[in-house]
Amino acid sequence: MIGEGVQSTNQRRHNYVQENVEVGFFTDPTVCIGCKACEVACKEWNEVPEDGFTWSGNSYDNTGHLGASTWRHVLFLEQDQQKGQQIVGSLGDGRDPFRWVFLSDVCKHCEEAGCLEACPTGSIVRTEVGSVLVQDDVCNGCGYCVVSCPFGVIDRRPEPLPDAGGAFKCTFCYDRQKSGLVPACAKVCPTESIVFGRLDDLRARASQRVQQLKQNGYDDAQLYDPLETSVRGIHAFFLLLGGPEAYGLPPKPQVPTIYLKSAWSSAIATAVAAFIAVLCAFAFL
Amino acid sequence: MCMTDEQRLDQLREQAWDKGVVDGRGVDVAGGPIPRKAGYYGKPVVKPPVWTWEIPVYFFVGGLSGMSAVIAVIGLIFQQGDVARTAMWLAAIGAILSPILLIMDLGRPSLFLNMLRVFKYQSPMSVGAWILFVFGGCAAPGLIALELHAHQTFAGGFDQFLQVIAFLLILGSAFWGMFLATYTGVLLGATAIPAWFLHRTLLPIHFGVASLGSAVALLELLGHRIVPLAALGFLTAGIQTLLWIWLEIDKHGAADRALHEKGSGWLIRAGEILLGPLALILGVANLVPLAAISFLLGALISRFGWAWAGKVCARDPEAVFASQR
Ligand code: SF4
Ligand code: SF4
Repeated sequence: MIGEGVQSTNQRRHNYVQENVEVGFFTDPTVCIGCKACEVACKEWNEVPEDGFTWSGNSYDNTGHLGASTWRHVLFLEQDQQKGQQIVGSLGDGRDPFRWVFLSDVCKHCEEAGCLEACPTGSIVRTEVGSVLVQDDVCNGCGYCVVSCPFGVIDRRPEPLPDAGGAFKCTFCYDRQKSGLVPACAKVCPTESIVFGRLDDLRARASQRVQQLKQNGYDDAQLYDPLETSVRGIHAFFLLLGGPEAYGLPPKPQVPTIYLKSAWSSAIATAVAAFIAVLCAFAFL
Repeated sequence: MCMTDEQRLDQLREQAWDKGVVDGRGVDVAGGPIPRKAGYYGKPVVKPPVWTWEIPVYFFVGGLSGMSAVIAVIGLIFQQGDVARTAMWLAAIGAILSPILLIMDLGRPSLFLNMLRVFKYQSPMSVGAWILFVFGGCAAPGLIALELHAHQTFAGGFDQFLQVIAFLLILGSAFWGMFLATYTGVLLGATAIPAWFLHRTLLPIHFGVASLGSAVALLELLGHRIVPLAALGFLTAGIQTLLWIWLEIDKHGAADRALHEKGSGWLIRAGEILLGPLALILGVANLVPLAAISFLLGALISRFGWAWAGKVCARDPEAVFASQR
């Protein structure tokens, strides 16, 4: 399980790209210590530019949200709830419960990806390992992926940052994976809160972990992997304590292509009706 | 002025020392550990659109020119050569302005040709780019052929050939034009933004009818006072009045409040009133130029309203949660 040390899939070399094996991330906030090593490693490896050092005054989370220049984001969630069998209150009387949850958020690499379907240039593609990749040299910055991602992940990079105008998000370190390396974030995560590996292994492992936590008194532990919605599951899934809303995750994300049928029906009906209206006006008046 | 983080920290310390509490943007959690805003500290769940003013203006211009082509071809069929020629000018001018507006809005305008690199039926942006391309390819040469024929530039057989070519090209531009005027509703309707996708049936109707009405209004302003146009003016203003009522009734609570409340809500409402009831009343009072101006203004304003509402809605985490409950 977690902390397998040298046995962990996080440190092993692999041939997933060559063997067309679907891979994923499993991110577990119960072991995350909020060190942000993943954020830093991602920025360094991918040469993601600095997008402002602002102090939010809010919490230790000064990053705020995922975006064109933030591909990993560690959330610092403060809640008035108990965490597992944590002793609560100065006298242990359960008053004023408080817990601090850290979770490293990332692009979900959706099974049905809104961004990929929406992209008119074909810049966004599905890779051999099932991840979703933006080819920067093809993207012309139309911005349609930005409004098509149900998770608010991808964004267009503003001036004056390098490579401005294009859409950016997590690449799943496709370049590293091609050479048999593990994505930078998973590689550096000191607690293996981010686990990288085969998708099927990770799914099994994640549900085991939820069981384990429940046995240990984490009643609200749950898996965030919207398999029943039109997104049909995500390749970077999360264990959550409590509901997804508090993490800024949509409870029932839908891929926008499901709206096409009704919208196009309406558009075609309107177009034909307009044509007939003009025809009648000129024919009979 | 930009304060350094250290200065801001000092300022907050001072304030905390003086008052015992800290107020101001971004420090709402300082008093207690509980997030008081919806979602994760009120941060957006979906990303607001990055589009700027070019896009609503494009919706207006593209829609108007698309429907002008429809009027042009039907005008030709029913021997209304004057109206048809003016309408075709509008269509061709719009066919040139529209791609310029779209390219201006791109993050990387120099790569605009990548739009035609693939065709993806599941992407309204891709389908729209192709519609616009084919529309332009019909409308501009269609106008040239029509004008050459109208001026009798060539004699005899070639002139007749030109007439046929002009008609076919204009027919093509009318076919693609009517989708140019309506696909923009699909473009907004098939996104992750609740205020837009919840109204994906209304949007193409609204945009399509507003486009037809603005083509009619502009032709009337340019001096074409004929009965068919007047009738279409009343029809479109009447439908817009009904659409306004539909939108006022079809509310989805927090999920689409950006369409009904505050600035963006009022901008849409202002647009709808100009398009619908006001244009209708002015039309009935026989104040044709005023009715036409009211409709054109409304068509432009309501497009800006919908674009703005998308931004407001995306920034509101509660809207996304409400739409998924
Ligand atoms: S989370 Fe958003 S950006 Fe990532 S694959 Fe899914 S739709 Fe695309
Ligand atoms: S901004 Fe780039 S990646 Fe996004 S949809 Fe447009 S072309 Fe595709």
